Amino acid sequence: MMAALASEEGLSFRTGPFVCRVRSRLERLASALHLLYADFPREPADAFADFNTEVRLRGGLRRWFRPQARFLFETRDPFLPLPADQAFPLLEWGLNWCVSSHCHGHLLLHSAVVERHGGALLMPAPPGSGKSTLTAALTLHGWRLLSDELGLVQRSDARLTPLARPVSLKNHSLPAVRAFAPEAVLGEPVHDTTKGTVAHLKPPAASVARMQEPASARWIVLPRYRAGATARIEAVDPAEAFMELAGNSFNYDLLGQEGFRLLGRLVDDCRCYRFEFDRLDQAVERLERTLDADAQD
Amino acid sequence: MRRTDPLLPRALQEPETVSGLHARGWERLIAEARGTGLIGRLQARLADAGQLERVPEGPRRHLDAAARVAASHQASAEREIRRVLAALQPLGEPVIFLKGAAYLVAGHPVARGRMFSDIDILMPREMLARVESELMVAGWVATHLDRHDQRYYRSWMHELPPLEHLSRGTTVDVHHTLYPVTGRLALPIGPVIEAAEPVPGWPGAKVLAPADQVLHSAVHLLWEGEFDHGLRDLSDIDMLLRHAGARAAFWEELPQRAAQLHLQRPLYYALRYARRLLGTPVPPEVVTALQAHAPGPPVRRLMDALFGRVLAPPDLDDRRQALARQLLFLRGHWLKMPLHLLVYHLGHKALFPPREAAGARG
Repeated sequence: MMAALASEEGLSFRTGPFVCRVRSRLERLASALHLLYADFPREPADAFADFNTEVRLRGGLRRWFRPQARFLFETRDPFLPLPADQAFPLLEWGLNWCVSSHCHGHLLLHSAVVERHGGALLMPAPPGSGKSTLTAALTLHGWRLLSDELGLVQRSDARLTPLARPVSLKNHSLPAVRAFAPEAVLGEPVHDTTKGTVAHLKPPAASVARMQEPASARWIVLPRYRAGATARIEAVDPAEAFMELAGNSFNYDLLGQEGFRLLGRLVDDCRCYRFEFDRLDQAVERLERTLDADAQD
Repeated sequence: MRRTDPLLPRALQEPETVSGLHARGWERLIAEARGTGLIGRLQARLADAGQLERVPEGPRRHLDAAARVAASHQASAEREIRRVLAALQPLGEPVIFLKGAAYLVAGHPVARGRMFSDIDILMPREMLARVESELMVAGWVATHLDRHDQRYYRSWMHELPPLEHLSRGTTVDVHHTLYPVTGRLALPIGPVIEAAEPVPGWPGAKVLAPADQVLHSAVHLLWEGEFDHGLRDLSDIDMLLRHAGARAAFWEELPQRAAQLHLQRPLYYALRYARRLLGTPVPPEVVTALQAHAPGPPVRRLMDALFGRVLAPPDLDDRRQALARQLLFLRGHWLKMPLHLLVYHLGHKALFPPREAAGARG
């Protein structure tokens, strides 16, 4: 794996419907990839890759003085360089960008997606709402991970396509997730990023094994982390959930009427809630209690 | 150094040749097409040639996505064009659309799959104040510019500062001629405005005559020093020539028009690189006639080397391409304004970089 990563062809692996090709000689990136993507199937080097990427050090004097890493996509250099120790988060953000700005074969939502007993739970929310933290806790409690960041709605049947990539955790959610599930496998924390301290949770092997299997949406939950809050769940009007999904979509306007119909269908198929939480054990228990009761209706 | 020859020019010229590509070849072709902003056009060319069904599923999904983006760009460009026409209707003067917007209203094949950013229009210089105030009433205003930028545009350039719509964020570029007033080409704009043609189905809209469209694209690509969409712009010229050139008289009009507008040198270069890079068919007598306007051999060799590089798909490992782009950027500025203005302008930009640009690329 390490040798392939540093080679001219790079390392190709599949995540859900996409093949990523990554080239890098950065050791920190290699060890993070080795740990967090261990269960993802490799693809042959000569197969078509959807995203051809590279993370490399900036050349010149910057190689020696506060080295910086650049994320390259095909023939472009779409982001500002970051300090070299942020190479792995840079790759993760880069791959998210690859999907969210090119894959218009799906309706793309800025939403976490997890699944249990055949029903998918969508959590559309802007950054800082705690959706990744809640996603981590739910997947560590038996839910299947589809994504902590990107909801890919299939245009043919409004089902959700998994990516199953690592979950990005920030700052105080790191100790919270560790306390909730001491067995969680986390990558090495990276400090002083624009989002603070970041570490990634290794996706459960069972989620990766089922990453070609779409799921039907059953719940839309609008999560909101609030320090000190007692977990509280309340039903919301479907129209509000619709607006929330539309506001958290990358290509809703691009898909035109089709986007409108797909969102309508999602909202029709789902029970919609607003959920305020802080402590993860309480949050998971409270959420599952409500969703289990729905299942018995 | 570039390691391999680009695949995109051939795929655009002869779409049926893509059937010979392997998976890695497809990956490279999609990257080149995305990097040049030509992926929508590639999709349209493959569709026209009946090749789309034969494209493997992986690359096919990216072509389909590009077609969606292009369709959405066109739909919103069309809405903006109608709004611009409505805003300028009180002036009682036809609005001449340029570049992408012109291709779109005219239903020209070059519009198919083309990405859009701004709406470009050409209006007589004496009307500019009224044009700007009518557009302002409709919500388009000049934003984010310091006093130097305002002067740069209003006194030196061939257009107003970009006017951005306050709520929709769309941009209209109002030109009063096709090349900077301080520049080294003395382009008489009167005959260009006079020859503009009405567009069926678009009352109040006009587009440049076919020969003028080619000449404008040639000046824009070869004399302004910006190559973000170099190959895309050359491919526009290629398609304009193929389309208009189907009428034999066009090939007589084009060199005559170039002479009338003093644009033989840009036309010489445009035809040279369109033929070389995209195989554009040009009658031999036109090529021969323009030879008289070629630069001397040393300059020509230098230009061939520089343009050959910047008009190829971008390659991050090709340092000579980056150097060529910088040299041609300087040449573009050198052509756009006399030396004292150039020194002042670049000095100002270096000392007071605009805030967004300063943070954009480290």
